[in-house]
Amino acid sequence: MGMRQTGNDAALNAAPIPPGSDQDMILRAVSDEITNRGFVIASADKLFNWARTGSLWPMTFGLACCAVEMIHSAASRYDMDRYGMLFRPSPRQSDVMIVAGTLTNKMAPALRRVYDQMPEPRWVLSMGSCANGGGYYHYSYAVVRGCDRIVPVDVYVPGCPPTAEALIYGLLQLQKKIRRTATIQR
Amino acid sequence: MDTADSRQMEHSRTAAFLGVIEASLSDLVLAADIHNGEIVLRAELAKVADILLALRDTQTLECRQLTDITAVDWPERPARFDLVWQLLSVRYNQRVRLIAEVEEGEIVPSSVPVFASANWAEREVWDMFGIFFSGHPDLRRLLTDYGFEGHPLRKDFPLTGHVEVRYDDTQRRVVYQPVQLVQEYRDFDFLSPWEGMLGDGISGEAAEPVDEAGSKEGGSANG
Repeated sequence: MGMRQTGNDAALNAAPIPPGSDQDMILRAVSDEITNRGFVIASADKLFNWARTGSLWPMTFGLACCAVEMIHSAASRYDMDRYGMLFRPSPRQSDVMIVAGTLTNKMAPALRRVYDQMPEPRWVLSMGSCANGGGYYHYSYAVVRGCDRIVPVDVYVPGCPPTAEALIYGLLQLQKKIRRTATIQR
Repeated sequence: MDTADSRQMEHSRTAAFLGVIEASLSDLVLAADIHNGEIVLRAELAKVADILLALRDTQTLECRQLTDITAVDWPERPARFDLVWQLLSVRYNQRVRLIAEVEEGEIVPSSVPVFASANWAEREVWDMFGIFFSGHPDLRRLLTDYGFEGHPLRKDFPLTGHVEVRYDDTQRRVVYQPVQLVQEYRDFDFLSPWEGMLGDGISGEAAEPVDEAGSKEGGSANG
């Protein structure tokens, strides 16, 4: 048991173990385990979640003024590239949709279609008052009162519009949420 | 240059332009005035096509650009709508507003043959006010949703409209359903020095008598 723990820690720690007695011990333990039981247990979900959180590719879905803040967050000052987040113009290549702005009735079917085209696993981040609950246009005849009426939302970022920092904070919260998720569940 | 001076020069130029309009269109327009330094012409609907043509083609006017067409709803009037054309003469740096009264259901001849820019403007007026233009090449709604009912800028149109959208998991598509407001309308008393909403418990004592009267009425209506 203790040996298996050691193996996991070794896999999770980013720094490689240099050749020597420590490395030999781990390797011997792993090969012993394979000969004894025929399999090794490792945290595959941790690996997957690391990969997923490190390459969240958002779908560009700027609908209104929030889109400008979304652009700020991707531009050089805040630079979403640092987190491996690259905006993609195609839903087929993206795994997060940032709904940035007022969602109108006329746009709702298009939004849903784009969401449906995204491959699993996929997440939605609702950005700004309008996307969260209609906001300023809550009573309007033309506006959807919250984009969660159309797509399931993972993270809500409040603000009108939220700052670029707020959006990045929301995305980091989304990373945190993804890390908590067991891979099998999704 | 002194600003008052330049304003006066501007005004005299506008007055001169109005004089030219009156001279060439006196038999077509009902009234021609300057309101707040802007030229406003009033005319009968039947004459509008002739007036637009004259404004465009008269060499001393040259209102070659139709900036916008819009309308105003006056529900209490027998002729319900004011239809408004905004024109610009780049040559003389002057703007002209032309207003004609339109009854509900009355058919307006389209001005697309005169000004190509009237195309979308008329579509918008049709969408927002339900004023029909005859001879328009493609009179569809411009702004509102496909299959939208009603004309939103009419004064009798309810603010929240008639339908709202939702994604239906069983039908696997976005469906329309009658409006159900989860959050009530908020009523602001802008004359109150306490500025807050009515009946939220936060507003000061000054707002309370009004608040009580409102809640009493609501109670009796419910009972």
